[in-house]
Amino acid sequence: MKTETFSYLPTFTNEQIEKQVQYFLNNNWVIGIEYTPQPNPSLAFWDWWKLPLFNMRAVGEIMSEIEACKAANANCYVRITSYDNARQSQVMSFVVHRP
Amino acid sequence: MSKTKSDGNNGKALFDAGVKEYSAEGRYYYDIGYKPTETQVLAAFRVTPQEGVSFEEAAAAVAAESSFSTWTTVWSDYLVDASRYSARTYEMKPVPGHPDQMMAYIAYPLDLFEEGSMGNLMSSLVGNVFGFKPLRALRLEDIYFPPALLSTFQGPPHGIQVERDRMDKYGRPLLGATMKPKLGLSAKNYGRVVYEALRGGLDFTKDDENITSQPFMRWRDRFEFVMEAVNQAEAETGERKGHYLNVTSGDMEEMYRRAELAKELGSRIIMVDYLIVGFTAFTSLSKWCRRNGMLLHAHRAMHSVIDRQPNHGVNWRVLAKMCRIVGADHLHNGTVVGKLEGDRASTIGINEMMRATNIAKVENCPGHHFDQPWLSMPGMLPVASGGIHVWHMPELVSIFGDDVILQFGGGTVGHPWGSAAGATANRVALEAVVQARNEGRNLLAEGTDILKSAAKHSGELRAAMETWKDITFNYESVDALEKPTA
Repeated sequence: MKTETFSYLPTFTNEQIEKQVQYFLNNNWVIGIEYTPQPNPSLAFWDWWKLPLFNMRAVGEIMSEIEACKAANANCYVRITSYDNARQSQVMSFVVHRP
Repeated sequence: MSKTKSDGNNGKALFDAGVKEYSAEGRYYYDIGYKPTETQVLAAFRVTPQEGVSFEEAAAAVAAESSFSTWTTVWSDYLVDASRYSARTYEMKPVPGHPDQMMAYIAYPLDLFEEGSMGNLMSSLVGNVFGFKPLRALRLEDIYFPPALLSTFQGPPHGIQVERDRMDKYGRPLLGATMKPKLGLSAKNYGRVVYEALRGGLDFTKDDENITSQPFMRWRDRFEFVMEAVNQAEAETGERKGHYLNVTSGDMEEMYRRAELAKELGSRIIMVDYLIVGFTAFTSLSKWCRRNGMLLHAHRAMHSVIDRQPNHGVNWRVLAKMCRIVGADHLHNGTVVGKLEGDRASTIGINEMMRATNIAKVENCPGHHFDQPWLSMPGMLPVASGGIHVWHMPELVSIFGDDVILQFGGGTVGHPWGSAAGATANRVALEAVVQARNEGRNLLAEGTDILKSAAKHSGELRAAMETWKDITFNYESVDALEKPTA
């Protein structure tokens, strides 16, 4: 079972996730967190963890939200997404946690 | 005995008959310093006159023959306002390193063209004029489409952003492969090749341009087995997949028939050889795709016949621009590093033109002659295909960025362990390179290290790197951009 971008690499360490998050923030993207118990290719909309994190611009804040989402949804896949309002669409998605 | 009504005027001409120079005073075809209006179509032609023909006369002839005029004056000219329908050569520039050539810039009144018809535009701009005797050679280098004309075309059925959402692919280039061998596989064997490549980690597989419905594999059988392969690979990997089902066929009705079955079977994408079927059939298919929620992949078979000669024909950038305007979601462009012709700077310029939002500026599009506004027309994904393999990955990502489809045909199916392993090798290499780029690493300087460290946890990638370690394609491009002479 694969989950799109970066799912052919070994699971990222926290330090590796932080570097990606920093890149997304540097691009002025808004980061979101989503989770679902059972991904499948036809499932476009996973559950949102809160709203996209419009006001969070620090890597540490985003990482804390990822941890909180994981803790509250232990049996779920968790992914982070990014939105670019210049391109008016989602521009990133990768799974950071598998149950 | 009846008397004819027009038996002359006692020998005197009734109008100014005869052959005039195209650039003659009183005609409009050579008008240096003329300011084109904002609704006019502009074209850059590389003109090589025959010996004894001046550049002025050659350029004026191009303007005349591609717009209003014929070789001799005719009485019916006097029923038309020539100033309204004449194209005008408004600027001439020397071509560095080619004293026998000049670049002629010609403005065409909007009234010369039918709305939404690329065929009509081509009949004028690249019609009879290319065989005109006073010219030794003629090449259309670029066209500017004014918003007034551009907005009469549909453009790509979906465009890059919608495709990413439909395919669920974010933050990285897409990966594909053309199925090999090109011809001869049975439908079930062909489906097997598709299945292996998709389950290994590719996003797309592709029919070859000359696969249609030959005796060894009829189209319906191919479509059905391919879609079984796609569905099985999706279920197994959990990722969205597609196969470009080639609907190119002998007539338009048959193309629709094949497209309809592709839709019925749940395919996300179809493909067409857009130059082979012609712009009119291509336009119809593009509109069908917009109506039916189907992505459209355009293959450029035959382009080298038209665009490869540096002094004659139509530059590839023009054919690519026309493709975006009529509308495909993918279009093959060069790889820069692979086995097929394509000057590096020129290829990068065309990629930029294909993807630019709002406006494609000349400064970002080497080789182009005009800034092209795109209004709200979506961009299209360039496809880099032909002779590329895992070792090229850092350079490919560095050149193309994320909005591209990297197609490794031989580089997937030629993997010593088979296509699934080949696909995995490419996918691992791609993701490792994207990860490294996002971390701020220099892909060109550190590419080898990045691949080698990714290969530590992927036997598939290790084997691929070993197989293709010595393969490069370093020939001079036949059609390179001119370097300005100092």
